[in-house]
Amino acid sequence: MDFRDSPEEADFRRQFRSWLRENLPADWSERDPNVGRWDLGLARDWTHRLYEAGYAGLSWPREYGGRGLPLTYQVIYLEEVARVDAPDHIGVIGLGMAGPTIMAHGTPEQKEQHLSRILSGETIFCQGFSEPGSGSDLASLRTRAERDGEEFVINGQKVWSSYAHVADWCILLTRSDPAAAKHSGMTYLLLDMHAPGVEVRPLRQITGDPEFNEIFLTDVRVPVRNVVGEIGAGWQVAMTTLLHERGTLGFALTARLDGLLRRLVTTAKKTGTAGDPLVRDRIAALYVDLQTLRFTNYRALTGLMRTGVPGPEGSVTKLYWSEANQRLTSLAVELLGPDAQVTGDGGFWSGYWQYQQLRSRGNTIEAGTSEILRNIVAERVIGLPRSR
Amino acid sequence: MDFAFSDEQEMLRAAARDWLADRYPADRVATLADSASGWDPASWKELTGLGWLDPELGLLEHAVLAEETGYALFPGPWLVTVGLALPAFGDRPPDQPTTLAWVDDGAATLREAASSVACRADEEVDGWRLSGLKRAVPDASSAAQAVVVARTGDGIALFRVDLDAAHDAVHVLSTMDSTRRLAELRLDGTPAEPLGDPAQAPAVLRAVRRRALALLSCEAVGVTQRALDLAVDHAKNRTQFDRPIGSYQGISHRLANVYAELELARSVAYRAAWCVAVDDPDTDEAVATATVAAGRAAVTGCESALQAMGGIGFTWDHPLHRLYKRAQWIEAFEGFGRTHRADLAAVLLDG
Repeated sequence: MDFRDSPEEADFRRQFRSWLRENLPADWSERDPNVGRWDLGLARDWTHRLYEAGYAGLSWPREYGGRGLPLTYQVIYLEEVARVDAPDHIGVIGLGMAGPTIMAHGTPEQKEQHLSRILSGETIFCQGFSEPGSGSDLASLRTRAERDGEEFVINGQKVWSSYAHVADWCILLTRSDPAAAKHSGMTYLLLDMHAPGVEVRPLRQITGDPEFNEIFLTDVRVPVRNVVGEIGAGWQVAMTTLLHERGTLGFALTARLDGLLRRLVTTAKKTGTAGDPLVRDRIAALYVDLQTLRFTNYRALTGLMRTGVPGPEGSVTKLYWSEANQRLTSLAVELLGPDAQVTGDGGFWSGYWQYQQLRSRGNTIEAGTSEILRNIVAERVIGLPRSR
Repeated sequence: MDFAFSDEQEMLRAAARDWLADRYPADRVATLADSASGWDPASWKELTGLGWLDPELGLLEHAVLAEETGYALFPGPWLVTVGLALPAFGDRPPDQPTTLAWVDDGAATLREAASSVACRADEEVDGWRLSGLKRAVPDASSAAQAVVVARTGDGIALFRVDLDAAHDAVHVLSTMDSTRRLAELRLDGTPAEPLGDPAQAPAVLRAVRRRALALLSCEAVGVTQRALDLAVDHAKNRTQFDRPIGSYQGISHRLANVYAELELARSVAYRAAWCVAVDDPDTDEAVATATVAAGRAAVTGCESALQAMGGIGFTWDHPLHRLYKRAQWIEAFEGFGRTHRADLAAVLLDG
């Protein structure tokens, strides 16, 4: 057991920290955190700079354009990004879900076509899994993929797809054999979002932002060479994607919570509430939550690096992160006092916390509802009988 | 970054777990807990034979053993010896069961005792004598000697009191957790020997505080794991309305929460032990964090287990109440969670 950086890791941390200092605008830390939240130009430019400097895909194999470094380097990257609230790489879905799935199940052509472009930000991926009638019960999905020669013809509707309005490609889960059993007969496809018959409609959500989209698919033709894995084995491929969504994102989520906690402390000081013992107790409790998540991620990562599978304790981090994030953002809004209702000009950080608070309510729904995640812990980790 | 115990540490854990399961099944722990002495004095020799008092053991080895003794609810003065008394002996564990007496009218906590206490030490012609009432002394009735924090004209200092000789001074109190009892030491000119350099006494007590909180956090993890295991076993086998009750989400989600809070607490408890072991700069933060998380996980974990187990867990004959009381013992040690959260808040907000 040793939590310290190795000399090589410490070097890397130092280099990346100074790269961030040189590349972020001088007034970055004083900026209103709410400004530029949806500035895609900024995100693309930042992604390109990360890629050029070799900081995209640190733990991806070299043959796919990565640096081939151990996962600990990716963790250091995330910690340093969180420390200064640097922007995200734009390829959230590509890096975290599409890329690992293509690496695990894709053809050589698919790897060649997509992986390095995900890293450079040239290709943005979105995810087409959920449907209006298929949320937690994902395997009930009905988007059809009918074989027509060397193509599939796709008809159906996907929903809750972030980045779809700017995405070039989509990881799409379809039903290719309606006669097969529920978890069979699915096919995992790479869908060109610019193909005829693909229509994206932004879905305005509780925050007022169109962060998610609906995707309508009408007679869209997808070549058979875009199938990931075997035809009919889409469920198994999708599980790889979800494993990555629920597993390796733990560090990114904790890093984000770390940044928010720092802003909460700043907010308490700015609003004159930092001396209130009740506020202090709640901030300290949130700090404890953050630390438990951070070190549980480390423990799961050690398990992953030693055995190739993340430890079972990793199954709880998204669940408890989402609830901690809700408590944190609610407390932040509470600290604003009479300004809690004021957003935009004149509001504290122009409504940053109100946005974060509303957005956090989605955290216990997206990427596995808390109810589904508790079922998973109960049934697969502690071995209780199935609930249905 | 490497967050796992070594193979040797895991072997020590497995051996401890086997020995405890064999020698300290729940019914024997219950018998001992309800007995007059509260423990089996012959076990000290067994612990020595097992190597649990070897000076080679580091804090991470002690952490592994604290977790396992928490799981089994081992009754005996092992933890007070390596967790509370050891630093006063220059990091070499004393060879007899030893406790520490710090609470009195001048100090409610170890932190306070590091600067001042009410208990007085006077040097007479025939040696040092202690006077005053020491309260909440853990395992005093099973320990052969006690390290007592007392004040001299020059400040606080540590003294060794032979409890076999001074057994009239030991008054065992009626307490919740009968597997780790508390006693009063009614000192009244009680002979004592100075222990170590008095100038170092505050530093020794700060080291004791860190060590004790880290080890008790690991013990709390063991307690929580045992409560969860009992509740899961019950929920799998108890049938109502023709289904095992663990298939109902009212039960299963509650136990999933216990698992989650256990694993989250485990991570910071192990990390705190590591910080203390290497004297990391973040040790105070790590210890406070672990104390809050592990104490809470243990108490609420036992409460959820009590709920999931229904009437059976509410009986005296079931081991669960003893785990619950140990969890409460741990949470009460050195102040409840809010004390440690106040410390963390000071670091976060007053820097």
